[in-house]
Amino acid sequence: MSAHASHAPAPKRSGLWDWLTTVDHKKIAILYLIAGGIFFLAGGYEALLIRLQLMYPEASVVGAKTFNELITMHGTTMIFLAVMPVIFALMNAVVPLQIGARDVAFPFVNALGFWLFFFGGVLLNTSWFLGGAPDAGWTSYTTLALNQYSGRGVDFYVLGLQIAGLGTLIGGINFLVTIINMRAPGMTFMRMPMFTWASFITSGLILFAFPAITVGLVLLMFDRLFGGNFFNPDAGGNVVIWEHLFWIFGHPEVYILILPAFGVISEIISTFARKRLFGYSSMVFATALIGFLGFMVWAHHMFTTGLGAIANTLFGLATMLIAVPTGIKIFNWLLTMWGGQIRFPTANLFAVGFIPTFTIGGMTGVMLAVPPADYQYHDSYFVVAHFHYVIVGGLVFGLFAGLYYWWPKMFGKMLNETIGKWNFWTFFIGFHLTFFPQHFLGLMGMPRRVFTYLKGQDLDVGNFISTIGVFGMTIGTILFLINVVVAAKGKRAPADPWDGRSLEWTIPSPPPEYNFAQTPLVRGLDAFWIEKMAGNKGMTPAEPLGDIHMPSPSFLPFLMSVGLFIAGYGFMYHNYVVVAIGLILTFGCMFARSVKDDPGYHIHEDEIEEKGVKA
Amino acid sequence: MKGWQQFWRQLSLFGLLALVLTGCGKDELSALKPSGPVASMQYDLMKLSSAIMIGVFIVVMLIFTYVLIRYRKRPGQQGVPKQVEGNHALEILWTVIPFLLLIVMAIPTVTTGFALHKEFPKEEALQVKVTAHQFWWEFEYPDLGVATAQDLVLPVGKKVQFQVTSADVMHAFWIPALGGKIDTNPGQENKIWLQADKTGIFYGKCAELCGASHALMDFKVEVMDQTAFDSWANGMKGVQSKEPVAATAPSAAQGQEIFNKSCLGCHAIAGKGGKLGPNLTNFADRERVAGILAHTPENLAEWLKDPQKVKPGNNMPNLNLDDAQVKALVEYMSTLSVK
Repeated sequence: MSAHASHAPAPKRSGLWDWLTTVDHKKIAILYLIAGGIFFLAGGYEALLIRLQLMYPEASVVGAKTFNELITMHGTTMIFLAVMPVIFALMNAVVPLQIGARDVAFPFVNALGFWLFFFGGVLLNTSWFLGGAPDAGWTSYTTLALNQYSGRGVDFYVLGLQIAGLGTLIGGINFLVTIINMRAPGMTFMRMPMFTWASFITSGLILFAFPAITVGLVLLMFDRLFGGNFFNPDAGGNVVIWEHLFWIFGHPEVYILILPAFGVISEIISTFARKRLFGYSSMVFATALIGFLGFMVWAHHMFTTGLGAIANTLFGLATMLIAVPTGIKIFNWLLTMWGGQIRFPTANLFAVGFIPTFTIGGMTGVMLAVPPADYQYHDSYFVVAHFHYVIVGGLVFGLFAGLYYWWPKMFGKMLNETIGKWNFWTFFIGFHLTFFPQHFLGLMGMPRRVFTYLKGQDLDVGNFISTIGVFGMTIGTILFLINVVVAAKGKRAPADPWDGRSLEWTIPSPPPEYNFAQTPLVRGLDAFWIEKMAGNKGMTPAEPLGDIHMPSPSFLPFLMSVGLFIAGYGFMYHNYVVVAIGLILTFGCMFARSVKDDPGYHIHEDEIEEKGVKA
Repeated sequence: MKGWQQFWRQLSLFGLLALVLTGCGKDELSALKPSGPVASMQYDLMKLSSAIMIGVFIVVMLIFTYVLIRYRKRPGQQGVPKQVEGNHALEILWTVIPFLLLIVMAIPTVTTGFALHKEFPKEEALQVKVTAHQFWWEFEYPDLGVATAQDLVLPVGKKVQFQVTSADVMHAFWIPALGGKIDTNPGQENKIWLQADKTGIFYGKCAELCGASHALMDFKVEVMDQTAFDSWANGMKGVQSKEPVAATAPSAAQGQEIFNKSCLGCHAIAGKGGKLGPNLTNFADRERVAGILAHTPENLAEWLKDPQKVKPGNNMPNLNLDDAQVKALVEYMSTLSVK
């Protein structure tokens, strides 16, 4: 590093300004968590309204059009703006620590990824106040999503998701580079914790899947804003192309979501059974195989599109194959607990509750992979039940588990266990009550995305039970929020509250901004556990104590994202002055970033707190 | 321990409750009550795949329960559990067994898959052309020279080859009790065959989000024996090859006048009229008004007064008819029968 940089004082920033300019992965994790959490509450509120409308037949809690806006925004918000960011929150908070790194490879890009996601999400949600939210479903099938059949809301979908998607894409690239390049000495690929592995594979899936949706969104934008005819059959366009582009992204997206949850569950089950993960290498290969097969099966979302017997059968059989690596994972988790000493703090309750719930979701997944039977399930409530078992029963349970598990590390505070247990049980029971009856509703002839159902079709009881269940999940979510508030005043977390096995538990909670005073030397899988078993207090350092080079905070990522946010409105309202202002802001910031030399700063050896890793 | 007992009690209780209370659905609507060969083949596959899956689930749950009870941390438990790396025999076992189970499922998947995608020429099957509209269904029988809407009339025990498409957005054509669905794609034609083995009424649905009133895009399937079907088809053909008959009763005649002036541009009756809205030749014989309301004069009047209130977002404008005009129209429309 240049000599003058080491003498530059560490920039002291406080309050809001610190959060708007931070490039620290731990703070970006918290930003992702807060933003994702807020969007999660919005999406949850939409879900509550949906279920209230469906509680009784022929009800009119909300109107037909509003209902379609609610389902569209519920799906879009939950997938793109709630669970993806919370996954990124956990990845940001945990992955650099697990691999013994001081930050991600590109801290500036990390901040940019967050702000792009955030402003994309805000843009999408402002549609509620600017003429109505998108109402063509989160899948936005054409021609329904074209101008003739839907309002301006879909423009918000098209532009909001492009901006947010950019953020996700560069976030994924950042984690790929981080995990490949920033591992501590001795941390070989096959010694990486399962969560890091899952994050690595998920990032790879993001890299290949997001371009497909971007292409689709750009084409749809041309159709809607500039009179293109890619999806307009009256002018030679084709509606099925959109479905392909959407699902070439959309199916890998499912694995982008669930693989990190698999990673979380693997960490937690192993920690609380006090055993190493059973079949670690088969776990890694199963994860990679799921990621790989995930790209081969998109057309199983399109069995009723009319692709024909050969395509449907091949895609169906390929889909069934995914059951094999998934089964391997489930049995590995069970055998990890076999012979262990299992404790049940809330984190492990969610992890253990995940197993039967996700197994049900996986089972219905295999059933859906049988194309002839799928002709009955498709677009019915059976599918709604299936994907909520996977995404809520799988992913959201996994996220709750991960939050309870890593909260002490992220915030330095312990979440309350009593509230946590109530949180788990209300959410768990509410979840099954909501979604289990929906399997039967679908088979009994209830299509999905219906704003109401007529009396006399034997659909009343199932829908009523389903709505009652939502109250359980609502209470569970509120209890979690209460827990966060209680925890803020609660007791300080020790560095290693759970008798952990990986590197993040070797440093204080919350970690200092440089994470590791000295980069640790990794001697095997479960690096910290190995040291514990060898009777060592901490990790062996891999470097002498010295000055630590840190990246400078920057306001540019925020401004670049604001620029695209402004340009988005300009495009929608065909106001090219606004477009120009927005794009000049974005590209101006990019130019400034490119020409301005920013060497970062150093934390001096004397400033490094001694309470970190013992030298 | 108590928490887990409670968990199991609750899980089994509400599972059972959900099953008992919801049963298998309505005969006319449920995919669990198949009334034709296609639905039966699909039902058989559902049963096979769910049986295999429930078997797997039981195995997983047995291990799960045993592990959670047996390997809980006990108070005062000392020492560190044995750190097991893995077990090749076990790992091979739970890779191979699922694979074999999948083969059991794959074989009927392939055979049924191809059986359902057969296409039957007009010598072997009744040909019906389905066109989906926001938010109604148009049915044409090209070989019989008959067109109708909303109520699909089929002969019992005979294969029906459908050619489906859409006039606007994507919909999906679904009669759960007779078989699975197929999307109606604008600009393309999809094929599906179905067969009803029971006479009576079945419920049809649109299964693809298609706009505000997607939920209300229902239709009915009336299955009759071959002679009744033939006479229905002949009756329809006879009426549709001629101009509409003049109504005799005075109020109905007044209604016909209004109809000819305000409705005929979009709705056809007999051999005359537009195709933008449902063909109303046999309106009085239909099961429902607008596909959803019970077929009563009051409901028809409600629809005529404000179509948007009944089916939001549909293409029929409010004609601003006064009560007398509505009454006359209702009178006239209840004469539109071919039975």
